[in-house]
Amino acid sequence: MAKKLITCTINGEKVENYVDVRASLTDMLRNDYELTSVKKGCEVGECGACTVLINGEPFNSCIYLAIWADGKDILTLEGLTDKEGTISDIQQAFIDEGAVQCGFCTPGFIMSSLPIINSDREFTRDEIKKNISGNFCRCTGYQNIVNAIEKTAKARKANKTRQK
Amino acid sequence: MYDFNNLYEPKDIREALQMKMEYPNALILAGGSDILIKIRSGRLAGCDLINIYGLEELRGICMEDDGTILIRPLTSFSHVTAHPLIKQYIPTLGEAVDQIGGPQIRNIGTIGGNICNGVTSADSASTLKAFDAMLELSSINGVRILPYAEFSLGPGKVDLREGELLTGIRITKDSYENTYGQYLKYSMRKAMDIATLGCSVNVRLTKDKKAIDRLRIGFGVAAPTPIRATTAETAGNGHVLDSSLLDLVAGKACEDVNPRTSWRASKEFRMHLIKELAKRALKTSIEKAGGKIDG
Ligand SMILES: Cc1cc2nc3c(=O)[nH]c(=O)nc-3n(C[C@H](O)[C@H](O)[C@H](O)COP(=O)(O)OP(=O)(O)OC[C@H]3O[C@@H](n4cnc5c(N)ncnc54)[C@H](O)[C@@H]3O)c2cc1C
Ligand code: FES
Ligand code: FES
Repeated sequence: MAKKLITCTINGEKVENYVDVRASLTDMLRNDYELTSVKKGCEVGECGACTVLINGEPFNSCIYLAIWADGKDILTLEGLTDKEGTISDIQQAFIDEGAVQCGFCTPGFIMSSLPIINSDREFTRDEIKKNISGNFCRCTGYQNIVNAIEKTAKARKANKTRQK
Repeated sequence: MYDFNNLYEPKDIREALQMKMEYPNALILAGGSDILIKIRSGRLAGCDLINIYGLEELRGICMEDDGTILIRPLTSFSHVTAHPLIKQYIPTLGEAVDQIGGPQIRNIGTIGGNICNGVTSADSASTLKAFDAMLELSSINGVRILPYAEFSLGPGKVDLREGELLTGIRITKDSYENTYGQYLKYSMRKAMDIATLGCSVNVRLTKDKKAIDRLRIGFGVAAPTPIRATTAETAGNGHVLDSSLLDLVAGKACEDVNPRTSWRASKEFRMHLIKELAKRALKTSIEKAGGKIDG
């Protein structure tokens, strides 16, 4: 089957690779780049376990062709840790708030939360819920996930005002 | 891996139109949130695709010289909602498409794909019908302009002829100017669920805000295709804003629709929703326009 040269930025690093035109972005990220935080849940856009940011917006990588990634800037959960492998504030908040049980949905939820915690605007709890409504969790009952996101968003805002 | 056969990749619209003519059985792939799902399920396995997702000329929103708002078909739902022209002039459309799926679906799903798939539950459809959208359908032989009202032929069937692509959706100034509207989606869940019923209303009031100058109503899932409720509109046009108005319009809407029983809801429940949503959306639209029932 036809292969195509795809050049893109993944977690800040410029990469290129020949990919099968039939591959999903999930296939490419997991198989070619070993980014296994990108989960295969439903593979039909229903559960959000495969969520990554593409040019800053959350997408289900399972229903996104790998060839569409050409020229794009892609961020997966692996891109949130620093060089030493230390996890970020939002990941720590998920642990602290008990927002992780089996953990399968966690990377997807964290990726979907980034537009909220990176925003200068304050989000209400209902707005947070709306922003993560494309992600399913079978374990936690969601409340602790919302708590973790709310807490991180507040902490980041407080930090910014302190720095000003 | 997706199970499709050939993937044709046009560089521009022209080449896309040529390919559509050359490979009449190949399907147009926009955001893929309908097609890729069907390929995964096996229903479209082995198909050929013409990938237009990368064609930037088919993306974006602008205002033309005469005030017409032009929405290119590949514009994602989230970009429709966020666009300053939509926010200012047709907020009802932005609010309607903001109720589709979840955030990830709103980033990949395109407004063109939503109306070309021809399903009655498409959340942009009733609002685009209610704003009398005009479709630009292009083929290698030229451009055909068709009112969206005439585009739906049946469930999943639209009037896309041989070699044609949807290349633009237009809403004229006369259609949106001084109008206020409301889209109501009734579904089991607040997100990630398709509509049991959708109702989109917009009104323009008379200068003194005492009566309706022009009423428009569109429904989804109230018939095999998205529809305009013209009997209800006629009943409301020119009517004073009194308490009989809402019941009159809701009652007349029942003559325009033809809902069915499905696993989601019975025909009877849908008839109830048609009346109730029409009333509520009309009331809110009137209030947004600065009018008051019995005021
Ligand atoms: C999890 C999930 C939830 C969803 N929830 C909703 C919902 O709540 N409400 C809703 O309305 N929809 C919903 N959808 C359906 C889907 O997202 C929309 O119908 C979307 O608008 C399809 O557009 P697309 O570009 O992604 O689709 P595609 O699959 O690329 O295209 C859809 C159809 O239109 C044709 N087409 C696309 N563009 C053109 C063009 N320019 N010219 C000619 N033909 C064209 C294609 O050939 C195809 O037949 C959902 C889908 C998923 C997977
Ligand atoms: S695996 Fe992509 S949405 Fe479920
Ligand atoms: S923690 Fe198990 S699915 Fe969310």
